[in-house]
Amino acid sequence: MTDPAGLGAILVVCALTLAAGTYGLRISRATSDFYVAGRTVNPWRNASAIGGEYLSAASFLGVAGVVYAQGIDMLWLRIGYAIGCVVLMVLVAAPLRRSGAYTLADFAELRLESRRIRIACSLLVVAIGWLYLIPQFQGAGIALHTVTGWPGWIGAVLVAVVTTIAVSAGGMRSITLVQAMQYWLKLTAISIPAFILLAVWRSTPGAPPPDPTLWVRPATTAAHGLYATGSTLLALSLGTMGLPHVLVRFYTNPDGRDARRTTVIVVGLLGAFYVFPPVYAMVARAYQPGLAPGLSDTIVLTTPDLVLHDPLRTVAAALLAGGAFAAFLSTASGLLMSIAGVVDQDLVRSILPRLAGGDLPPRLGLRVSALGAAVVPLIVSMLLPRAGLATIVGLAFAVAASTFTPLLALGVWWPRLTTIGAGAGLAVGACSAGAAVLMTILGGNPDGWLGSLLAQPAAWSSPLAFAVAVLVSLATPATIPPHVNRTLARLHTPESLLD
Amino acid sequence: MSPEQGPTGAAPHRVRVTSSRRRATRHTRRTMAADVSEQTELGEVYVAGLMRAQLRLSLSILLVGVLVLGSLTIALELWPAARALHIGPVPFPWVVLGVLVYPALFGLARYYVRASESLESAFIDVVNKS
Repeated sequence: MTDPAGLGAILVVCALTLAAGTYGLRISRATSDFYVAGRTVNPWRNASAIGGEYLSAASFLGVAGVVYAQGIDMLWLRIGYAIGCVVLMVLVAAPLRRSGAYTLADFAELRLESRRIRIACSLLVVAIGWLYLIPQFQGAGIALHTVTGWPGWIGAVLVAVVTTIAVSAGGMRSITLVQAMQYWLKLTAISIPAFILLAVWRSTPGAPPPDPTLWVRPATTAAHGLYATGSTLLALSLGTMGLPHVLVRFYTNPDGRDARRTTVIVVGLLGAFYVFPPVYAMVARAYQPGLAPGLSDTIVLTTPDLVLHDPLRTVAAALLAGGAFAAFLSTASGLLMSIAGVVDQDLVRSILPRLAGGDLPPRLGLRVSALGAAVVPLIVSMLLPRAGLATIVGLAFAVAASTFTPLLALGVWWPRLTTIGAGAGLAVGACSAGAAVLMTILGGNPDGWLGSLLAQPAAWSSPLAFAVAVLVSLATPATIPPHVNRTLARLHTPESLLD
Repeated sequence: MSPEQGPTGAAPHRVRVTSSRRRATRHTRRTMAADVSEQTELGEVYVAGLMRAQLRLSLSILLVGVLVLGSLTIALELWPAARALHIGPVPFPWVVLGVLVYPALFGLARYYVRASESLESAFIDVVNKS
């Protein structure tokens, strides 16, 4: 069962990640290096890093899996990830960079001038980050199991350990390097086997024809398919800007203009990647139309076995296994870095010295936080039943779209947003989307419309959070933050005028 | 120069001492650039204009995106023949949703960056000239 080439590729990717992490240790000197890579990362490298971070287990394995299982409607899913980047760019990229804040919590405090909102945002960063980490760990388990037959927890622990070490060792600059590298690794790993598969499939006489039902008739397999697709698309389009690990990357641009230019490159890089996952679904569907739904997340890894013979099969399988691990590692390290950042800033740094009774080395807080931030979702990922990688990632986007997105979009553009209004929007969005996520993950959803609404909450929870934030703000004009005009001017003034 | 100043060598006249208003105002006259850069209240008003222009641009970009993607979906839904079309061996919806959407999004993103930067540079020009 063990495929030595695949296992070798996984170990090489882990080793490269660790090596880049320790290299970063030597070049990251100042605190700002550690958190935001000294803000001197050029657009191409930064875009590669964002792409590397953004293309997670859901993109590498999950997209092909859902397209295989549910057909052409699911192509929208991977379009949604790219739309999300465009929405992020036109609404918040440059202003957020110009705000000069390190994290989402910093931005919230700067804009709304409230310590409570800051704490609420920190908690939400942790919650969304954990929700997003779970499928990364589960995906690692699935991938390692497919390649070696080992039990699922080994893969999850491997990813958790490697990312915790990489984050504690080098901080943001090493993460930038690791993630930029991993984008290109992932693109290579998904594209070359796809070309090989297509070439062999089309050139083999007597090969099975494409499955016509998958591609022509949009699938109506899921209950309320149109609602589910639309709601997921909305979650991805709006939620991207509210993801803690994607946003922190924009602080590493030198200025607002570069933040925008970076995002354009990201859109291009994502497009280049997302052309390939459906190829696997198409080939797998032709060769093996009746795979059980629970196994569809593995089709990217198993398709080479169906179509190819050695040595091509070994090469393709090794590339795919390595690429999948690059996906888990890059996303997990970005998430871990953001979670550890806020936990360190808002919690550990005030508590730890008191416990130890004295000064501590400056990075100890971040390291302790990284460890804590990895252990909790690791345990949860083992206890939870598997719900499909793309599904859980979609839920993380839905929570972000219902909480941080209203806060950011209104915060950047609407002067009349009040502290109470923003807080009410956050609370309503977090509770409604959070409750839907818990019901869905724990498997308590009823049948019928209510179940569909809970399974894909973004279509109602995000507008609800926007509406609550706006209406409560209009009702409480007294709590408009005192420096709102100055803050907004800072967010929108081109840097060259401020020298 | 000023009429109060007596001619040199003459007996001292009564001299009315006034502040030179013109000079005083010249010294504290502020440029628009200074207002913006020092983030005074007036500067904030200038930036608010730029902000409205940027918001209009952003919303129209989003509107274009929604219209294009929405009409595509509706077309595929209402016009079954489009779903059955093939370009080579590949069905038409797959070509559009699978590949063509990305260059379109990339083009939209690039257009936005250009338009947004030209709004900013126009603003910078106005501010620096005044």
